Amino acid sequence: MKEILVLSGKGGTGKTSIIGSFAHLAKSKVMLDCDVDASDLHLLLSPTTVEEHEFIAGVKARVETDKCTACGLCEELCQFESINMEETAVISKLSCEGCGVCAHFCPEDAIRLDENHCGTWYISDTDYGPFVHSQLFAGEENSGKLVSHIKNEARKVAEKTGAELILIDGSPGVGCPVIASLSNVDMVLAVTEPSQSGKHDLERILELAEHFKIVTKLCINKWDLHTELSDEIELMAEKRNVEVLGKIPFDPAVIECQIQGIPVTASESSLAAYSIKDLWKKLQDSVAALPAKKAVSL
Amino acid sequence: MQIAVASGKGGTGKTTVSTSLALSCDTAVQYLDCDVEEPNGHIFLNPKFDHSEVITAIIPELDEEKCTACGKCRDICNYNAIAQFGENVMIFPEMCHSCLGCFRVCEDDALISATRELGVLESGMAGDIEFVHGTVRIGEAMGVPLLKAVKKKADPEKITIIDAPPGTSCSFVESINGADYVILVTEPTPFGLHDLKLAVEVLQNFNIPGGIIINRSDLGDDKVQAFCKEQNLPVLMEIPFQRKIAEGYARGVNLIDTVPELRKDFNDVLSRLIAERV
Repeated sequence: MKEILVLSGKGGTGKTSIIGSFAHLAKSKVMLDCDVDASDLHLLLSPTTVEEHEFIAGVKARVETDKCTACGLCEELCQFESINMEETAVISKLSCEGCGVCAHFCPEDAIRLDENHCGTWYISDTDYGPFVHSQLFAGEENSGKLVSHIKNEARKVAEKTGAELILIDGSPGVGCPVIASLSNVDMVLAVTEPSQSGKHDLERILELAEHFKIVTKLCINKWDLHTELSDEIELMAEKRNVEVLGKIPFDPAVIECQIQGIPVTASESSLAAYSIKDLWKKLQDSVAALPAKKAVSL
Repeated sequence: MQIAVASGKGGTGKTTVSTSLALSCDTAVQYLDCDVEEPNGHIFLNPKFDHSEVITAIIPELDEEKCTACGKCRDICNYNAIAQFGENVMIFPEMCHSCLGCFRVCEDDALISATRELGVLESGMAGDIEFVHGTVRIGEAMGVPLLKAVKKKADPEKITIIDAPPGTSCSFVESINGADYVILVTEPTPFGLHDLKLAVEVLQNFNIPGGIIINRSDLGDDKVQAFCKEQNLPVLMEIPFQRKIAEGYARGVNLIDTVPELRKDFNDVLSRLIAERV
């Protein structure tokens, strides 16, 4: 079983449209959406929920107001500026990181640590196969933990169904959820666009993948919006020894498919669909050429 | 006055809108790039940096000679950053959230205060705009403390434009926390709408007034408009797709230089928000 993760650094380069098409094209696979706080892949796969689970991670501090004497010690100790003193201590649930220091040192034993229900995750059925996805509640900070959790769940589903691939949609950025999504991945497909911002953010995602020693391939989406910059990016990739597997032209058909709620390749042949099919063929060859053993385990 | 520009979905045009607002402001203005994972504002504003500082987090380092392996530091750590096997205490600095709990419970003075680099904060001027951004170190999972350091540079005497990161998790919330107004930039597509709804939910929870700018407003359907009407969210501006704009953006040219007549539109948006606040 191989895990392929689509990343971009910059948002809006087309990760979800591409992984949605792979879901349509690949034969034996499980889909996984690791963009846990703004997940969109379900909008292309029309999932039917099979299992729904609460995701509980970490704790949040809560003041028992009848015990609190407003001595101010917790406010002084809190490193996250989450506690304000009013008539009693008041803890901001959003900025509390659940370290528990306030509760440990409270002389009145007036602070409880409650389990934190911070999201929901699902196993669903789709026309294209099993799909593991989730929704982190707004403002939550456990995105990395939720990513790690649903990755494990997707592996279990893949083992049970004998799937050969896990196709993973990643988050933008280079932070917590992205780092968690990279764990045990066999190949990263970086999707960029021909812009200075796209290039800048791509370099950072390539550095990150290099940092974790993960084989990385590149796709330039909407490449014809600026052919010179597209060439510049190809040159940069060559210098970094990153193979460009495909280039997809700007094509309004991508948005039309999104509005219909279907993968790009599931519709009548558009230029974009044709290019994505070609990209998928090359990606399959690259995956087949990977060494049998996992490259790295984090 | 603090105006945060956010979106939920990535790539909708946050940086385009926030840099345009900064460039269209007639009074003293600051631009704070809070997308510390992938900051892009400098590409469009070309600031001259005159200040740079490494932002660090405090982490514990073990003084093995003093450590008695009592287990207290391991017990208080809620992030599994301290483990103990028999008499051996191990510290995993990348897991540490700098709560300082371990230092406070250690009775043997066996923990030394060390630091982990989170990233770099840089500031300077971009023409008349005071520019600040942070860039998180590659491999660092914790961006929020660096983001907070960028936000601390907010000057209440000025109009502060905050360019927020995508998503709706902690870094997004930290960026809009304390803002007087949030502009959500979206595109009229199902992905844009889905993530917009999540972002609007956060604004409602925080009770922060907000309005919408629809970018590439002619590439999609009319469901975002319908949603705004239903939620009573003002649509502050619509920017249609133009190849000229896409090309300027690609080269790193800011929108106001590409389409100078838009300066007035952005200035009107600012005037409206300032007037509404009073």
